[in-house]
Amino acid sequence: MPLRRVTFTFSTGLIQRPLIYELGKKFEIVTNIRRAEVDHEEGWVVLELEGALEEIDRGLKWVTDQGVDVTALEGDIMAG
Amino acid sequence: MPNVQSLRCKECGRDYPQEPIYVCDFCFGPLEVAYDYDAIAKNISRESIQDGPLTIWRYDELLPASRDNAVNIGAGMTPLLKADNLGKELGLNNLWIKNDAANPTHSFKDRVVSVASTKAVEFDFDTIACASTGNLAGATAAHGAKAGMNTVVFVPSNLERGKILGAAVFGSVVLVNGNYDDVNRLCSELGDDRRWAFVNINMRPYYSEGSKSLGYEIAEQLGWHAPEHVIVPVASGSLFTKVYKGLNEFAELGLIESADTKMHIAQPAGCSPVATAWVEGQTHPKPVIPDTIAKSLAIGNPADGMYSVGIANKTEGSGTIVPENEVAEGMKLLAETEGIFTETAGGVVISTLRKLARDGVIGPDEETVALITGTGLKTIEAIEDTIELKTIEPNVRSFDEIVMGAAVS
Repeated sequence: MPLRRVTFTFSTGLIQRPLIYELGKKFEIVTNIRRAEVDHEEGWVVLELEGALEEIDRGLKWVTDQGVDVTALEGDIMAG
Repeated sequence: MPNVQSLRCKECGRDYPQEPIYVCDFCFGPLEVAYDYDAIAKNISRESIQDGPLTIWRYDELLPASRDNAVNIGAGMTPLLKADNLGKELGLNNLWIKNDAANPTHSFKDRVVSVASTKAVEFDFDTIACASTGNLAGATAAHGAKAGMNTVVFVPSNLERGKILGAAVFGSVVLVNGNYDDVNRLCSELGDDRRWAFVNINMRPYYSEGSKSLGYEIAEQLGWHAPEHVIVPVASGSLFTKVYKGLNEFAELGLIESADTKMHIAQPAGCSPVATAWVEGQTHPKPVIPDTIAKSLAIGNPADGMYSVGIANKTEGSGTIVPENEVAEGMKLLAETEGIFTETAGGVVISTLRKLARDGVIGPDEETVALITGTGLKTIEAIEDTIELKTIEPNVRSFDEIVMGAAVS
């Protein structure tokens, strides 16, 4: 099953929402958290997503629509 | 290389063998080259370095690839110039410019790609690749040509013609119809799918080590000591963290007495996730969508942003967000005072320097090095509107009137 490694960054308003749980419930995606930091102002989570590519894409679109910044783990590849 | 112990996770410290990998399987932290400094200390000295070639490979004891097989087009040992004219303008009496535009493809990227391509040959890759809007494209294409490797350089099809041709002359550019994210995504997929050496993906731990040579050279060229301040343009943050690492390795090995350099982040307002995090007291930069004239700094999701903020804090450095309209000002100021035409990233650095001097963050007599990482000839459109050209008729009267401003009867 394809895997994708991503970072979610949450703003203050989203910290209390169980978005990773909801992502796993709404979509056929297995979420696997590897590293995270959350405080009263912001939070970030590094995680692996496993599922069909189209399902991961749909799931990530949903997470983005909720207001989460989704970025590739490796950072931007395109350089100046 | 005998001096390399392993690849080590920057987060959890787990060790991995030297392979073309870049992320820790356990915690997804970035991998970094770890060295046996005891072994290095036995072989390295100021004299052994000075006897080496006039390239980054004079520091090969501290690089993760062998000098013997180096893919070398002459990267490194660029001029460190005393900038008295600019210093006078800014009230700084001890200012230096490290001019990395003097590299073979006119940017500091030659340092990192020389190491990455050498390592790619050692790993027996036959193809080297990157995605770039400028400097990295030229450096990768040139080193790929020198190495005789298949080279694939992805650039957005709407990139300025001069930049495309400047890399395509080496024979390896692919134009991609799509925006910045599309190209990122394509390269990420190809990186998973092909056995290629992607310079800033699977070769990243080795590639980034090349930037340490900037720190080494600054210390050596200053007469074997570290400066009090360094101003670094920040994109991914890799250069920033590696200049710091380079200075500290020299101190640890006794090649310089100490490395108490204050590290200063310079970013343009249109893409300043790292400087903003420093200003706001955050540890983790928030990703942004870049919209800046300084294209070589347009990385909205900087892989080493968090580490850069940490180093700026630890060294009592700073982060500066330069207004977009001050980028060209910085370029012009450096050109008009020191005769150096920098790219936009250098304009960001000079404007940062000006602000730090004005604010008293840098004292008048404190030794300061500003990094100029690329040439202005690649970003000439940035200063087009700031330059007034005078055109005359081919006679003396017209010259006196228009150029000399003389009243002619």
